[in-house]
Amino acid sequence: MSTTLFDKVWDSHVVRKIADGPDVFFIDRHFIHEVTSPVAFLGLKERGIKVLYPERTFATADHNTPTINQHLPVADALSANQLKALEDNAAEYGISHWGLGHQKNGIVHVVGPENGITLPGATIVCGDSHTSTHGAFGAIAFGIGTSEVEMVMATQCIMQPKPKKMRINVNGTLSKGVGPKDVALYIIAQLTTSGGTGYFAEYAGNVFEEMSMEGRMTVCNLSIEMGARGGMIAPDQKTFDFLEGRLYAPKGEAWTKAVEYWKTLKTDTDAVFDAELNIDAADIEPMITYGTNPGMGIGISKNIPSANQVEGGEETYKKSLAYMGFHENDVMIGKPIDFVFLGSCTNGRIEDFRAFTEIVKGRKKADNVTAWLVPGSHVVEAQIKEEGLLDILTEAGFVLRQPGCSACLAMNDDKVPAGKYAVSTSNRNFEGRQGPGSRTLLASPIMAAAAAVTGKLTDPRDLM
Amino acid sequence: MAYDKFTILTSSAVPLPIENVDTDQIIPARFLKATKREAFGDNLFRDWRYNGDDTPKADFVLNDATYSGKILVGGKNFGSGSSREHAAWAVYDYGFRAVVSSFFADIFKGNCLNIGVLPVQVSPEFADVIFKAIEADPKTELEINLPEQTITLKATGQKESFDISGYKKDNMINGFDDIDYLQNIKEEITGFADKLPY
Repeated sequence: MSTTLFDKVWDSHVVRKIADGPDVFFIDRHFIHEVTSPVAFLGLKERGIKVLYPERTFATADHNTPTINQHLPVADALSANQLKALEDNAAEYGISHWGLGHQKNGIVHVVGPENGITLPGATIVCGDSHTSTHGAFGAIAFGIGTSEVEMVMATQCIMQPKPKKMRINVNGTLSKGVGPKDVALYIIAQLTTSGGTGYFAEYAGNVFEEMSMEGRMTVCNLSIEMGARGGMIAPDQKTFDFLEGRLYAPKGEAWTKAVEYWKTLKTDTDAVFDAELNIDAADIEPMITYGTNPGMGIGISKNIPSANQVEGGEETYKKSLAYMGFHENDVMIGKPIDFVFLGSCTNGRIEDFRAFTEIVKGRKKADNVTAWLVPGSHVVEAQIKEEGLLDILTEAGFVLRQPGCSACLAMNDDKVPAGKYAVSTSNRNFEGRQGPGSRTLLASPIMAAAAAVTGKLTDPRDLM
Repeated sequence: MAYDKFTILTSSAVPLPIENVDTDQIIPARFLKATKREAFGDNLFRDWRYNGDDTPKADFVLNDATYSGKILVGGKNFGSGSSREHAAWAVYDYGFRAVVSSFFADIFKGNCLNIGVLPVQVSPEFADVIFKAIEADPKTELEINLPEQTITLKATGQKESFDISGYKKDNMINGFDDIDYLQNIKEEITGFADKLPY
């Protein structure tokens, strides 16, 4: 029978099927961080049980870590306590831990692939919805709750009903100034923030085939923003080249054998999906969001839709625009902004910093803009320096901070003040996401760069 | 962990007819710094419920004594966004035992089921009926019958069935827990793991 990439990986990890219930689903790799793991460890302690396979769980601190002066003790007592709890728990249960200051530390979804922990055909979970990122390698990867974090540590399995399958095909040629983030925001705008709920997506078509691994990670990362549990892309030579030689990737003969297997991980030509979406790459413009969920996105040259043009209730829509301080039919270009955030598990990789730098090169940061440039990991940070990007950024008036989730969810001090506008390369524009009362406009790194140097929303194509 | 058993819940309900209520609204990230599962209910809907100076916002439903009960009725696509189980904990800790919506986000729904909060998905039409009934009489009662898989508006008898897998239903009725189940098939799991490529 013809099967999809998703079927192949899913079915090979089902330990048993429960009648009228979920599958007992085996997890190959488990990432944990300081925020969603402490209560799971407490559960283990109360039950008096150990971690079944400590070598399959990897801990990193990222959500509430400061992005300056990481050599100093963490000033926020609650954050410090949570970081200490992760360190202690990892030590007690024999889990590798890349804490604050460790050279391998960084955002969980950046360091996983960087170290070859993420592999094609693997099943990967983490108590974080953007675990979908790892699908870029042909893995089934998705976010889980803390009860499930405990479940995975205790038994290396979770109870999961198999999602339905959706394929999103993007074919054709992307226009100038349109990158992976725009493709993802366009898809989410088409499907809305709930259109993918109940599905697992496969991204297919020449646009994804031609995309870099970093770009594929950006796209898969945002799968959850259309409600899909995750999204994946069939592994290819680019995937193998990215992984070869990385710390946890197979070596020698094991590598050759692995690649042989990975080459079989693709959807059969006549396999059937529960839903399919076809998009012409030429229809996609550089995207910007104007509302309070990631589905509220439009091309930068467009006006904000009126309530009768969008799906969903008018009351919710108007509440959203009121929060943003925007109005129906507003023009986006030219709107003044206050903050720019480059970073997060969505856009905190080297390619994102290259793209941002390309735009700000030879220009100056606008005086009215506070910019936070936060690499996704120390490896990315080092690469920014090695490639000479830091010199260009410094010349343009920008400062590079230290790795972490930072202003994406504002658990640390990187908070956008109430009422202020931030053009952010992160993944969520929910009310208060970047700080109480903050107003977030999601965009690509080059859109963020264009805003950073002009102090207002600007079509990045005008600066290219 | 074992949690409260759930069979039949009869209660008035708190209406929140807003769509796409994400888990950042249910509990903002800055309240996720605890290392124990305690007092999350205090910060349920924090920024909709309180002003910046911590005074209650009078127009938010949780601050309106007219509405109370163990059932929260939300708009479409309830619980989207972040996977934080803290959102489900906050709902539970505040005192809700069931959430009703015409559509739930996956992870939130799963988290609720794992801690003993019953997510009840109804048709958009029935959700409207419920919202209108609460608007007309805030003390109107809903009965959620898990063994029968029905939700009934007590005053009129209008009712609808809802879906839940037999396995999860059994767990909720008996207060059973997934980890106990998985612990009992540990040998099957380790045997399975031995055959995987990595």
